[in-house]
Amino acid sequence: MPAPARTAVLRDAIGLGVAVGLYGVAFGAAADAAGLDPWQALAMSLLMFTGASQFALVGVLGAGGGGAAAIGSALLLGTRNTVYGVRLAPLLAPRGLLRRLGLAHWVIDETTALAVAAPDRGLARLGFLTGGATIYAVWNTTTLVGALGAGALGETAQAALDAVVPAAFLALLWPRLWPGAEEPAVARRVALGGAVVALALTPFVPAGVQVVTAVVAVALAGRPREAE
Amino acid sequence: MSSGGLWTVVLVGSVGCYLLKLAGLSVPAAWVERPWVTRLVTFVPAALLAALVAVQAVTSGQDLVVDGRLAGLAVAAVALALRAPFIVVLVLAGATGALVHVVWG
Repeated sequence: MPAPARTAVLRDAIGLGVAVGLYGVAFGAAADAAGLDPWQALAMSLLMFTGASQFALVGVLGAGGGGAAAIGSALLLGTRNTVYGVRLAPLLAPRGLLRRLGLAHWVIDETTALAVAAPDRGLARLGFLTGGATIYAVWNTTTLVGALGAGALGETAQAALDAVVPAAFLALLWPRLWPGAEEPAVARRVALGGAVVALALTPFVPAGVQVVTAVVAVALAGRPREAE
Repeated sequence: MSSGGLWTVVLVGSVGCYLLKLAGLSVPAAWVERPWVTRLVTFVPAALLAALVAVQAVTSGQDLVVDGRLAGLAVAAVALALRAPFIVVLVLAGATGALVHVVWG
């Protein structure tokens, strides 16, 4: 494989790994705000290792939601990774059950983007593995930093953290709403619908349930444009 | 929720998310790559993340509450529209929340 292409793949993979580290601090802090101890926050980054689902789980718990609603929202967001796995399977071509079990753990937004963007199968594997290893190391370290740091905060700093959590969700949502995303106008309609459903249900359902129920707003997306 | 309850939620959620990843590498592509499945999967995050933004910003239990979080969210939206980096967005939102807390208690 040509050396410049290899260098580019490695640079992208490591750069992405460092960038997601900032999200790890925010996740650790959000987990603390939701009442998880630092070891529970770290266990989530080690074992769940899919950012949006982790944020959703602690977001629902932080809103006073029950365990079923928290797990439900994490799983709904986790369905993305199933589709990623389908795209990655021919690129990674895992041989043997053990290798497949291992690779599956790193199937997330960022590693999929790295693998799909690589120019050939060898570099796709390299991008996936380098990105996966870098992000896994950085994400877990920064989760612990965020969780331990947030626990030491005073009352005003807690008020600051309370404002950081919805802002972090908005930052996750933002790139889906604007040009460059898939059908951003549809995504904006669905997002507005999701927010309206959640707020309308808040006074009437147990905390957290409104978040999972808001998934009905996906109906606003309508039918697939090109039925095949 | 008790610590044991939280551990259960953490572990069950983690196993479930792992199985969703593993399923993608294991099931025939035709099961997943149907137009309506990919459409649902594309837009579910928009609905859920927006619901989480709304619930985290203006609810407390079953009540709607307007406080520094909403001001922080508005500042975050402006910062995102100006393409500020993630860390700047969070710092500005946090500073706004703290300021509102200090001024209005």
